[in-house]
Amino acid sequence: MDPLRQSPSPSSSRASSPRTFSCERLGYVGIEAVLDQLKIKAMKMGFEFNIMVVGQSGLGKSTMVNTLFKSKIWKSTMPGLRVPMPQTLQLHSVTHVIEENGVKLKLTVTDTPGFGDQINNDKCWDPILGYINEQYERYLQEEILITRQRHIPDTRVHCCVYFVPPTGHCLRPLDLEFLQRLCRAVNVVPVIARADSLTIEEREAFRHRIQDDLKTHSIEVYPQKSFDEDINDKILNSKIRERIPFAVVGADREHMVNGRCVLGRKTKWGIIEVENMAHCEFPLLRDLLIRSHLQDLKDITHNVHYENYRIIRLKESHALPRGPGWVNLAPTPPGPGKVCRWAEDDSDEDF
Amino acid sequence: MQHPLPSDAGRHRGSLFQSHITAKTAHTSSQVSDHEQKQKDSPRSLTMSGHVGFESLPDQLVNRSIQQGFCFNILCVGETGIGKSTLIDTLFNTNFEGHESSHFYPHVRLKAQTYELQESNVRLKLTIVNTVGFGDQINKEESYQPIVDYIDAQFEAYLQEELKIKRSLFNYHDSRVHVCLYFISPTGHSLKTLDLLTMKSLDSKVNIIPVIAKADAISKTELQKFKIKLMSELVSNGVQIYHFPTDDETIAKINASMNGHLPFAVVGSMDEVKVGNKMVKARQYPWGIVQVENENHCDFVKLREMLICTNMEDLRDQTHTRHYELYRRHKLEEMGFMDVGPENQPLSLQETYEAKRHEFYGERQRKEEEMKQLFVQRVKEKEAILKEAERELQAKFEHLKRVHQEEKLRLEEKRRLLEEEIMAFSKKKATSEIYQNQTFMTPGSNLRKDKDRKNSNFM
Repeated sequence: MDPLRQSPSPSSSRASSPRTFSCERLGYVGIEAVLDQLKIKAMKMGFEFNIMVVGQSGLGKSTMVNTLFKSKIWKSTMPGLRVPMPQTLQLHSVTHVIEENGVKLKLTVTDTPGFGDQINNDKCWDPILGYINEQYERYLQEEILITRQRHIPDTRVHCCVYFVPPTGHCLRPLDLEFLQRLCRAVNVVPVIARADSLTIEEREAFRHRIQDDLKTHSIEVYPQKSFDEDINDKILNSKIRERIPFAVVGADREHMVNGRCVLGRKTKWGIIEVENMAHCEFPLLRDLLIRSHLQDLKDITHNVHYENYRIIRLKESHALPRGPGWVNLAPTPPGPGKVCRWAEDDSDEDF
Repeated sequence: MQHPLPSDAGRHRGSLFQSHITAKTAHTSSQVSDHEQKQKDSPRSLTMSGHVGFESLPDQLVNRSIQQGFCFNILCVGETGIGKSTLIDTLFNTNFEGHESSHFYPHVRLKAQTYELQESNVRLKLTIVNTVGFGDQINKEESYQPIVDYIDAQFEAYLQEELKIKRSLFNYHDSRVHVCLYFISPTGHSLKTLDLLTMKSLDSKVNIIPVIAKADAISKTELQKFKIKLMSELVSNGVQIYHFPTDDETIAKINASMNGHLPFAVVGSMDEVKVGNKMVKARQYPWGIVQVENENHCDFVKLREMLICTNMEDLRDQTHTRHYELYRRHKLEEMGFMDVGPENQPLSLQETYEAKRHEFYGERQRKEEEMKQLFVQRVKEKEAILKEAERELQAKFEHLKRVHQEEKLRLEEKRRLLEEEIMAFSKKKATSEIYQNQTFMTPGSNLRKDKDRKNSNFM
């Protein structure tokens, strides 16, 4: 890796310094011990991750979350015992601390019951965008305090998993509208929910159609092509992009298959194993979200989406008067032209 | 210190999409309740029923840091010739470029140089800042001010970047000083006044690690007494030097013991001398060889251990969360921002800024108005003066004209008179000629004729 190359990606911080010299190194100094120091510090501080699941009722969002984190984060609702459908979109958040091998993770899951369930679903994305912006706002307020905390609590949504119903045709207008707006504000990972109702061929066709739709409407879902830093990332992310959206099945019951205990859904015609790559792509989703790209999700949220929001906010406040104790939920950022992914538009730089 | 190479995690990440781990074990159920406001409730602990996989999170973090590279800035303060450059060379095992500085600089200057070092896959951007001419002047009153100014300037640069609307903090080359190595001369007695003053002015801005330079000039016993004396002086003068952190159990013990060895007595050398059957870095004297990496001879190994291997991250952390925040708070308060407004309502930076901005613009507006009015007034005055001058000129012109007229009239008058005279004379002449012709016959009038003739010749 060329250390002096400057790439425009937000997740790396190839520093741009004026004059650097490379010198020959003789013998051991111990610089790599800093990696251990980093690890120790990180383990002590713990990690935070905020995930949001969006989709119509009955698509298996709660079950999916439970399966992802192998715990009963939500009580999965069964039809019949369900509370009456909420009239408006509400947002439920739950925070848990989970630990694995000494690594502590503070996980916050936000659910959106009532999304897309009404007769008129116009502007149903507004509360969601409002929530996301509110988290950015909170962080911004903390950041611009005079005496600020040592570690600002991070409640910003790092990843939004969007559940696409398995129609088999293409993205619906509601999906398109929502994805278009949300992709500019947060990392969106679309998944095909309840994929056990589609055969493998239907899945592939559906997937391709969705990919075409996304391209036509220039919706950039995570992992965004524009944020690839180097060739390794490009290769890795291209593989992921080929399979987006993942066709997933969620399950929280265990069944015996061939003597093993597996998570799966039992039907009359067989047992769908959740973690079997031949059956569904749940492992891909889990690996993407947790095992390999979690830090990357947080980085992009912090370096790109949050910065975009901050720019808009700081520019806006010049025009509008404010009173004390002001925390105003900003309306959704206007139109496609305004929000710039790179924050590279030529604007005045004074604060 | 062996640890699994981070490149493993990278490969691991890459291969995840080819192979997958199957789920294990039973699914336990635990009671979970939904909450409306997650902020209000403290998060509950949850047990998982299987391997989720986020234990790779620290590795992901480390990977990202490796990609970004690390940045470390050291400031060396000490008199010229005390061994700063040599010590840095020895610490990082590299011959950084440098030459001996002169002793004759009139002011203290700071010279910063950045180097890129790489060890296995860790890239370090190291900046060494040297004080050139420190302690050389005859009058040392202004010696420490340039150092303080430099440190403040780095904080200021970072603050400016942070306050920008369109900023790129992830791309920013962090030039804030992470540690200051203060070199104390091995006099064996006590701290010099200059040292005390400088350290006192720096201790709230940077992590100070005092070192006793050229420690091979002091004997063991003297060294102990010297160290004790130094530490007690520092404590009694309230100088806050950097203490290695003892809150994490893995390094608490070693850090605590190292804290007792402060200040480190170091010897620097890049020359290699054969000792036994190895080549070691050492200084060779006729009476023996001082080995740099021998713990019995000097504390160099301790310094390297503490500075680089154990606490580099903590030094950077302290700089960012303590010193920089302090600077930021002071700077913002100086600019007039507050967190709490006049009625103890929480004010946001935005509002204060807005208010200030309005005030500033109002002020500017007012000044503009003032200047405008001043300008208008001046213009008026000038106009008046010019008008006055014009009027005067006009008056003069009139006056001259009048004079001219009068002169003309007078001349006309004179001319008229003259013409009349001429006419009178010509008349006279005519009559006299007639008279002459008449009296041509009478000789008595010759005289008069001659006279007339003479007169007419004359005219």
